[in-house]
Formats: sequence, structure tokens, C-alpha cells
Amino acid sequence: MSSADAKVVSPDLALVSAIRAGDASAMASLYDRYSSVVYAVALRMLGDTGAAEDIQQEVFMQLWRNPSAFDASRGNLGAWLAVITRNRAIDALRKRRPETDPEDVVLSVVPDMAGEADRSRVAEKVRGVLSGMPAAQRSALEMAYYQGMTHTEIASKTGEPLGTIKTRIRAGLIALRKAFEA
Amino acid sequence: MSAHEQFAEDLALHALGTLQGEERIALEKHLETCAACRLELDQLRGDMALMATATVGPKPPQRARQRLLDAIAKEPRGLNAVPARPRFNWAAALGWAAAALMFVVVVQLRRENFGLRESVNKLAQLTSQQTIEVANAQRVMDTLTASDTQAVTLVAAKGPPQPQGKAFYLKNRSGLVFVANNLPQLPPDKIYELWLIPPGAAPIPAGLFKPDARGNATVVNPPGLPAGVEAKTFAVTLESASGTHDAPHGTGVMQGGA
Repeated sequence: MSSADAKVVSPDLALVSAIRAGDASAMASLYDRYSSVVYAVALRMLGDTGAAEDIQQEVFMQLWRNPSAFDASRGNLGAWLAVITRNRAIDALRKRRPETDPEDVVLSVVPDMAGEADRSRVAEKVRGVLSGMPAAQRSALEMAYYQGMTHTEIASKTGEPLGTIKTRIRAGLIALRKAFEA
Repeated sequence: MSAHEQFAEDLALHALGTLQGEERIALEKHLETCAACRLELDQLRGDMALMATATVGPKPPQRARQRLLDAIAKEPRGLNAVPARPRFNWAAALGWAAAALMFVVVVQLRRENFGLRESVNKLAQLTSQQTIEVANAQRVMDTLTASDTQAVTLVAAKGPPQPQGKAFYLKNRSGLVFVANNLPQLPPDKIYELWLIPPGAAPIPAGLFKPDARGNATVVNPPGLPAGVEAKTFAVTLESASGTHDAPHGTGVMQGGA
């Protein structure tokens, strides 16, 4: 890890350590850093500001109650919060009990996003990859991602074969990965 | 198609949390034993996180921040803290699984070992018993057939000793032991022949024999005797030493019903 990386990563770790120690102000700082991502994901998926606020509240309270659920060695904090938010939003969409324990969320090879500039750079790059995808592929990926639709539901909605939907979704995710490997 | 290729697309769906039913069960079972697919799943979740970061939308309302801080104030850390759940460690799990497997194997081996030892003991007992039985049989045979066996025939006090024989026949195993004594010495061109006579059937040749100098003779398990033949009578005839011996042609010496 370069010194520049260390400078970016350490604030998150410091915040989580402070939260472990019961520092409420650290929780406020963490909220200021990541609430825009968490809320945007929840709102995009649920389409309702009240429901998005509830999910956001739940996600941050979960971290406050159990900061040990986040393991810095298994993904960066911003990405982890985003995935937890999406999982909770899908549970809400499907009106089901939470299926994924936050401690089981492991993320590999996610670029650092602790700084505002990093997050903007990553977001811009992802949007570029998505906009460069064939429309059918992007649509399948977004239906799976933002609406939590199964491949069967997407195939039924689009009239495409199941295998095609599966392939498009996987290829779409891997295209994102490759964009950051280059 | 390898197992990894078979599950590749399902991994992406699983990362998205949209894999359901039997496909999900099959994949999760595969993940228990496939480190490569677990790694790929983590990477796909990372890819998925990238999607989240690109999500644009309005900032949360200010009241949401205050709501969170109020809730935190009501739940001071240390009072409601959830203890860290031990993370699932695949290496440790595999270690425990291996230890459990070893325990099962050891128990099974001990059980099999105990069973084998019991079998060995039984075989040893059987062998010992059979050795005794064989020794007894050999002793009987030696007694009956040895050249130095002293055979004494007891007859009525008056009158010369008569030829006599005793046949021991085990039909299911074609076993036949015939012991004769007081047989007259044979002319050079003659021989005695023993016959097994079934009920209602032709006599079956059961061995040629010559008595020793004291008139004693034995026939033991003559070759060619068919198994399972019922014996009604045993007989001894005096036959020509040359020629065929498949049917009685000579004179009868003795016979007895079984």
C-alpha cells in the first residue's frame, strides 16, 4: 500500500475504531462521509424517500451497534455500506427478513473511495462503463441490481431466454471489474 | 464443462442476491468446497459495490442526520453493543471438518479392527477345532490302514474264522472305507473287487484290493465313486486280475446290506 493510499484509508479505520469506543461524533463524521451513497442507493431501489430514510437509519444503526461487523481487510467502508444498503433495500422490496448478515459481506478489489474525490472518480468511471454497454445488457444488470429481480423475472419481462439474461448480468459485472483493472 | 464454468453465471446472480431455489442450494453446496468460486463470488460482490458507488441521487434530508444522532444518543455504545460474531473461517472450518472426519474414521477403523479381531479369533478357534478333527480322522485312518495295525477278529470259539468286512460309507461325499479280514489268499491271476449296489440298479465298482499275508485288506475312498448314490448292499467278489472290472463276473465272497 502506498503512502497516499494509507492517507486515504486511515480516516475510515480511525472512525470505526472511535465508533467501537462509543464515540458518537465519529458516527456523525461517518454519516457525513457516506450518507449520500447510502441514501442514493436506497432511494433508487425503493423509490420512496421515507423508506430510503428508514433503510439508511437501519444501516448506520447497525454499524453503531456492531462496528466489528466491518472488517477493513475484506473491503472498504464505503463499498461495504453500499452493499449492505442494497441488500436491506432488496429485503424491503421483497418484504422478507434480512437474508445477508453484514459480517458475511466480503468485497474484493474495490477501489478506495474514502475521499470525496475518489468516490467521484470511481462513480464517473462506473457510469462510463455502464453507458458503454449494450442497452439490453445494461437494462438486465440494472433490473437485477436496483430492482432485485431474479433472472427468471427479467427473462419473463423482456422475453429473452434465461441463459441470455444470466450471461448479460455476469458479463456486465465483469466489465465493471475490468475497467478498474486496466 | 468444469464445475466452475457450470456455476459461473449463477455466482453473479448469487452476488446480486437474486439466485433462488434449487440453483441457489446447489451453488451454496459447491461453494462449501470450492475456494476458487468463493473468491470469484467476493470479486463479483466487489463489482456489485462499484454499481452502488455510481448511483446518483439527492442528498438525504437534514432531519435524517438528526434522527440518527438521536437514536445513537439513546443507545450509548457499551450498553447495547453487539459482541463481534466470530467470523466464519473456512480454513478453521476445514480443519474442524478434517478433525471430525478423522475422528469418524478412527472410530470406524477401531470398530472394523474389533470386528476383524473377533473374526480372527473365531477363525483361530475353527482352525484349532478342525486341526483336532483332522488329527482324529488321521488317527482313525492310520489305525485302520497301517500295515502294522494289529487286527483281531473275534469269532465264536468253535469253527474256523470266516471272511468278513465292514464298509463305512458317506454317500454325499463319496466317502468309503472298507476293512476286511480273514480273507483267503488269492491265486496269482485273481483279485478281490468291492461293489456298491444301489437299490434297483447295477453294481458300481468300488475298488480292487488284495489282502496282506494275514488276510487283512482295506479300501479307502476308491476313485470314480459317484456322489449321492444310495447304497443298498456292499459285496465282494473274486475277479480275474486281468480284463475289465466294471461289472461283477466272478464268484461272490461276501455281502452285506446297508
